[in-house]
Amino acid sequence: MTRISAFFTGWVLTLVSTSSAWAQDLPTPSFPVPWQLNLQTPASPVAEQLVEFHNFLLVICTVISLFVLGLLIWCAIRYNAKANPVPSKNAHNTLLEIVWTAIPVIILVVIAVPSYRLLYYMDRVEDPGLTIKVVGNQWYWTYEFPDYDIEFDSLPLPDDEIDIAAGQHRLLEVDTPLILPTDTDIRILFTATDVLHAWTIPAFGVKLDNVPGRTNETWTRITIPGKYYGQCSELCGIDHSYMPIVVHAVSPEEFEAWRAEQVAANDNTPDDANRLAALIQE
Amino acid sequence: MSTTATHAHDDHHDHAPTGISRWLNSTNHKDIGTMYLVFSVVAALAGGGLSFLIRLELGEPGIQVFDVVGEMMGSEAKQFYNVTVTAHALLMVFFVVMPALIGGFGNWFVPMMIGAPDMAFPRMNNISFWLMPPALVLLILSAFMGQGAGTGWTLYPPLSGLAGQPDMSVDFAILSLHLAGASSILGATNFITTILNMRAPGMTMHKAPLFVWATLITAVLLLLAMPVLAGALTMLLTDRNFGTAFFDPRGGGDPLLWQHLFWFFGHPEVYIMILPAFGIVSHIVSTFSRKPVFGYLGMAYAMASIGVVGFIVWAHHMYTVGMGVNYRAYFVAVTMAIAVPTGIKIFSWIATMWGGSISFKTPMMWAIGFIFLFTVGGVTGVVLANAGMDIAMHDTYYVVAHFHYVLSLGAIFAIFAGFYYWFDKMTGKVYPEWAGQIHFWTTFVGVNVLFFPQHFLGLAGMPRRYIDYPDIFAEWNLVSTWGAYVTMVSTVFFLVVTLYVMIAGRKSVANPWGDGATTLEWTVASPAPFHTFEDTPDFTSSNPAAHPAE
Ligand code: HEM
Ligand SMILES: [Cu+2]
Ligand SMILES: [Cu+2]
Repeated sequence: MTRISAFFTGWVLTLVSTSSAWAQDLPTPSFPVPWQLNLQTPASPVAEQLVEFHNFLLVICTVISLFVLGLLIWCAIRYNAKANPVPSKNAHNTLLEIVWTAIPVIILVVIAVPSYRLLYYMDRVEDPGLTIKVVGNQWYWTYEFPDYDIEFDSLPLPDDEIDIAAGQHRLLEVDTPLILPTDTDIRILFTATDVLHAWTIPAFGVKLDNVPGRTNETWTRITIPGKYYGQCSELCGIDHSYMPIVVHAVSPEEFEAWRAEQVAANDNTPDDANRLAALIQE
Repeated sequence: MSTTATHAHDDHHDHAPTGISRWLNSTNHKDIGTMYLVFSVVAALAGGGLSFLIRLELGEPGIQVFDVVGEMMGSEAKQFYNVTVTAHALLMVFFVVMPALIGGFGNWFVPMMIGAPDMAFPRMNNISFWLMPPALVLLILSAFMGQGAGTGWTLYPPLSGLAGQPDMSVDFAILSLHLAGASSILGATNFITTILNMRAPGMTMHKAPLFVWATLITAVLLLLAMPVLAGALTMLLTDRNFGTAFFDPRGGGDPLLWQHLFWFFGHPEVYIMILPAFGIVSHIVSTFSRKPVFGYLGMAYAMASIGVVGFIVWAHHMYTVGMGVNYRAYFVAVTMAIAVPTGIKIFSWIATMWGGSISFKTPMMWAIGFIFLFTVGGVTGVVLANAGMDIAMHDTYYVVAHFHYVLSLGAIFAIFAGFYYWFDKMTGKVYPEWAGQIHFWTTFVGVNVLFFPQHFLGLAGMPRRYIDYPDIFAEWNLVSTWGAYVTMVSTVFFLVVTLYVMIAGRKSVANPWGDGATTLEWTVASPAPFHTFEDTPDFTSSNPAAHPAE
């Protein structure tokens, strides 16, 4: 219930809010609740499918575990030394052995079909509306919008700068969040400058390693505006626990405004002529 | 087994060497097995102590334990946390589970079960063991050299390279694993030779007990996997010290090469830790159900196929490194395929109990606990096997929960099962049943409270290897830490009782478990005499009592 209501407040807040994209009071539709049991509320088609697929797997896992538990309990009741003083000597049953080989195979095939569909769906996107690049460093993130020559660092806020009353969370806030538009296919490129890191936003169903010397790629499309959190997910040294990820997902219009502001502020932005000249020189 | 039943009171062949040279120069498989077990307990105290520190730290948000511990160790809190996580895993994998299952129980019972007088190469057996204490010393040094090796047990470069850990700590860890690996390779050749050549007359492989099968397959996996680790470690060593760049992109290398090599070793390694456990559980279930193992051949070949397939699934640990989608699709298929022989094992154990006359003695309780909890770890393994799904779980506490269900609640449960099962045979003493039952139930409750909530934490997004976490994860972490308290108390209880029983326990008999215990070790006195068999057991078809496995 709490999650659903949080979800709704999220929507309402965004609809009535006039706050700018980088304001701190965005709703957090996917933030976990205390005693959370399952995945975070999805905020992308991939994450939605992950939740759906996981709920399906959860049923299978639970049924199998309870089935095994049930059989064990039944053995304990029916075949304990008191209830069954004389053991049978039966040690073979070909039919049974075929059955318990075949049924798991069938279950696995049933799992594999949605699994593969999901795997190929979440891999890449054909025509992205936006490309961003995420660079992992010890111990902060650098975000680049290669098409617009926007680049900035995103550093964690230490505990003593966290304003819990204002809805901020210890270990999760950064000085400059990444701003992304909703309802846009976003291609995300990953790399690193020093050691491995892994950039993730659970609510988007995105997690990929930032590997020095390589560029990895995946995509997302954010469906709900709001503020989303992630934490570095590949051991990267002393401050591995201290390089949070914050994304502000805003409407495409707000994003456009933000982007224009950034580009305008960016003195070094070469216009097309300069860019061409630079290319020719290289 | 009339051939061997008489020699318990026939002591003149049983003069063991005494004093320090009995142990230092030992070539006796039982003495070496005992040393492995003692070694494993020592390492377990260290490894368990570290895990308790981790759980204390994670009991509530913030840093409250490692600031103190770090200061005591002259190290920075956050780095020392990473060092602790690393040392805990390496200790448990290489210095607790493997020495106990293979070095300990393998040495003790494989020769006995096949009716051999000893291992094929007794002196090599000695060196296999004595490589381990220096390896342990090197590992401990790796935690204290410089800032300490805080790379995780997976030692991923560049963090494990000079760029990430510029001092000598990681070099010590590498050399430690080199020694432990050499020990494993020597041990593996010894087991393979012993099992292939020294079975009693008439004991074909298809009559060999399942623990023997399990050890044989484990040894083959070791022999094939360990050299790959050794090669990778050597490359890392030269990257760090001699200017090569196998794993350094700045020199044309690739960090992912390490991950492929490591997991080509690492996945078989996880089966190395569980196959002997499978063997032990089979014997215990059969003994206490007073029934032969159901589907003996299926069980043996299920293990063999797990061993084979185990070599082609390694990159399921690497779904997030950016491999092409078709590769990931392949690894999903083969990884899921492993669940089939695993399922066969589970169902065969239950079928062994079915129709049996089961007594729920302590070893049987641990074995049943194993079957259920291993199933839980197996089904989460199948969840993780899906490359798409794994994006949500990789490097979160969900993975931590998965591998603790198969290892702490799998391999360690099987070690306790084997310990209680063979305690009489190894010590000649009776372990009090009530104490074993208390130990089992308290551990069972403790470890489930400890590890089950970690599934929830992982699903909610808590990453692994974190010294501090957002406050929203506090509740389940506290529950988990309470589970650690219970487990800790249970373990201390076990240690105290065991020490007491070793000193003051009642004397046991050759076969305390009755007619369900059919393998050869139960035909000799308890403790097993220094030279096991007076006469070679006979399994040729002329001997009517020749069906140990069934
Ligand atoms: C049904 C069989 C199993 C399947 C399908 C399976 C699958 C997996 C997968 C896909 C991962 C990678 C998860 C990730 O890092 O994102 C994993 C991790 C792991 N598994 Fe399993 N597993 C199975 C059984 C076992 C067994 C029997 C053991 C050991 C006794 C084991 C030990 C481990 C360990 C230690 C890790 C984590 C390694 C690390 O990252 O530090 N698994 N398993
Ligand atoms: Cu990190
Ligand atoms: Cu694996």
